[in-house]
Amino acid sequence: MSILVNNRTKVVVQGLSGSQGRFHAARMKEYGTNIVAGVVPGKGGTEVDGTPVFDTMMEAVRKTGCNASIVYVPPAFAADSVMEAVDANLDLCVCITEGIPVKDMLKVKRMMKTGTSRTMLVGPNCPGVITPGECKMGIMPGEIHAPGTVGIISKSGTLTYEAVKQVSSFGFGQSTCIGIGGDPIIGLKYIDLLEMFEYDAQTECVVLIGEIGGQAEVKAGEWIKQNFSKPVVSFIAGQTAPKGKRMGHAGAIISGGDDTAAAKMEALEKCGVHVVHSPADIGRKVAEVLGK
Amino acid sequence: MYLHEFQAKGLLRSYGVPVPDGGVASTASDALRVAKSLKGEKWVIKAQVHAGGRGKAGGVKVVSAYGDVYDEATQMLGMKLVTKQTGEEGKIVHRILVEKATDIRQEIYLSFLVDRDSEQHMIIASSEGGVEIEEVAKSNPAAIVKEHISPVLGLSQFTGRKIAKKIGLPSNLLNKFADIAERLYQCFVNHDAMMLEINPLVVTGESEIVCLDAKMTVDDNALFRHPKIEEMKDYGELEPQEVRASIFDLSYVSMEGNIGCMVNGAGLAMATMDIIKSFGGQPANFLDVGGGADVNKVREAFKIILTDPKVKVIFVNIFGGIVRCDLIAEGVLKASDEVPGDRHIVVRLDGTHVAEGRKILEEGASAKGINIVTGDTMADAAQKAVELAKSEPHKRSVKK
Repeated sequence: MSILVNNRTKVVVQGLSGSQGRFHAARMKEYGTNIVAGVVPGKGGTEVDGTPVFDTMMEAVRKTGCNASIVYVPPAFAADSVMEAVDANLDLCVCITEGIPVKDMLKVKRMMKTGTSRTMLVGPNCPGVITPGECKMGIMPGEIHAPGTVGIISKSGTLTYEAVKQVSSFGFGQSTCIGIGGDPIIGLKYIDLLEMFEYDAQTECVVLIGEIGGQAEVKAGEWIKQNFSKPVVSFIAGQTAPKGKRMGHAGAIISGGDDTAAAKMEALEKCGVHVVHSPADIGRKVAEVLGK
Repeated sequence: MYLHEFQAKGLLRSYGVPVPDGGVASTASDALRVAKSLKGEKWVIKAQVHAGGRGKAGGVKVVSAYGDVYDEATQMLGMKLVTKQTGEEGKIVHRILVEKATDIRQEIYLSFLVDRDSEQHMIIASSEGGVEIEEVAKSNPAAIVKEHISPVLGLSQFTGRKIAKKIGLPSNLLNKFADIAERLYQCFVNHDAMMLEINPLVVTGESEIVCLDAKMTVDDNALFRHPKIEEMKDYGELEPQEVRASIFDLSYVSMEGNIGCMVNGAGLAMATMDIIKSFGGQPANFLDVGGGADVNKVREAFKIILTDPKVKVIFVNIFGGIVRCDLIAEGVLKASDEVPGDRHIVVRLDGTHVAEGRKILEEGASAKGINIVTGDTMADAAQKAVELAKSEPHKRSVKK
């Protein structure tokens, strides 16, 4: 078991003919991801590295039975692509694109909340999702991952790789790793994924990596206290960040007193989460918690 | 992106929102010319800096004679304004806004923002205007009214009237308030604003409603469809390094310490600063070279880090996903030519093409006869960087 993606996931790449789409599609295939189609408006009927390209998502679904899409479309058009995936009622849409306007994402979320589609969204502005050994939907380096029992949820890309590497180096593999994205408006959040991990028999422990800005980590902590039965290890990035400055991610900005790293760490600790103060201690803490 | 008050008011005016007559000036004689063209008997002079709390810091003055306009403008222009929000270093006033004074009967608070929780826009209003909303939230939370706005449906007139009623406006002002609120929301949403704050929105002696102040920030990610807003960007409000970084699409924030950081990815960049601190060091900056980092970007990043004279150590922390460690290694070697001999370089590479990267770095450094300290893990490298930052300055170059 795992969550979101596995070896039965049939992937369609939105924006397959672009340089990003093509490059990463090749690497995903190399990893073993089952890529069955691409969607590029105006390029239907062509192929990219052997993968058939369709003009619309509807066609791609009908002809290939794809059930999950990954979006590499430029920011100005990415929200529209996500909505096309939602409209086609895919199981999952992973949006890698960085720099989508917040207003566009608000519209996407309105459509998802008020419509009847079942599509779940991961991202935008994220490294994607990987179930090691089965399916990689994203831009992460596949080789640092190993199949196992640790679930990882993170707002960051490279910091997730860091956590994965540490966890792997202590001899623990991962069930599924999800980068939820660093934007203020995103698809699946900590709690949605924690809920999935709670019911995933393979997952024994979850690493939750957060950062300054917003209240998502604090809410996740409260939810964990009430509902989550497995141990959670957490690191919050930005303990040294100054107030009011955007730290790279559009969502990473301290705007009040309650969205600092310190405030979040304290709140998580109170909820029984194993909080590490140094990012170098993530792997060690997981090993300690799992007691092996 | 922050807009200045006069820029935001210009946008509001074009949406038919009442704002006081006024004009911007960068010299005292300009200010006098603006005041004379406005006529009237009383004017307000307001410092145009990106920071709230100007009033208490002396950045807002009311004057009632042309001579005073000139004198106050002379005093305000070039002064260092230190407000609650600027920090100790303050902000130099380069421009002032000269406005006709308004006859204020009542002050209201009104703002629009993106609400992360509900994933909609939100309108916030309060009968207690003219003070910081955070203070009202503490002292009298019942005085704050909030409503969600669907970005698809927009702000309806009835919602505007409901809010007006809740904050206690008299019946004859309900429609007027709703009309202004709708126009403000249009201006907010059409410009992809993240925040628009009118504090205060005032009721005048003639029962008119006027925006006395306007604070507006626009979504950086949406600037591609607002070229006119992008032109309004005041680079003078940014640190020189931040300006340079923005040109090269790097994300940079300066800090107080002496360890300059170059990292790929925002999360890892923040974590790098944190780990430096956990070992007792102080980061000099946040710098994310991004996913497309290549030789040139690394060189630019080094240049920006080195413009900060406090920097003793440059700490490169790369976990290659899209970014290739071999390209970073080449970039670091090229950039090291421009690094003064008394600064240390500490590099940690991991991820895509790490073996090639480490080899290039090692061979290149010995060929150049320079010392580049490397660390296998983030903790190992960070610890070395902190130790070097604390050590006495000495020559990095060991030319053979």
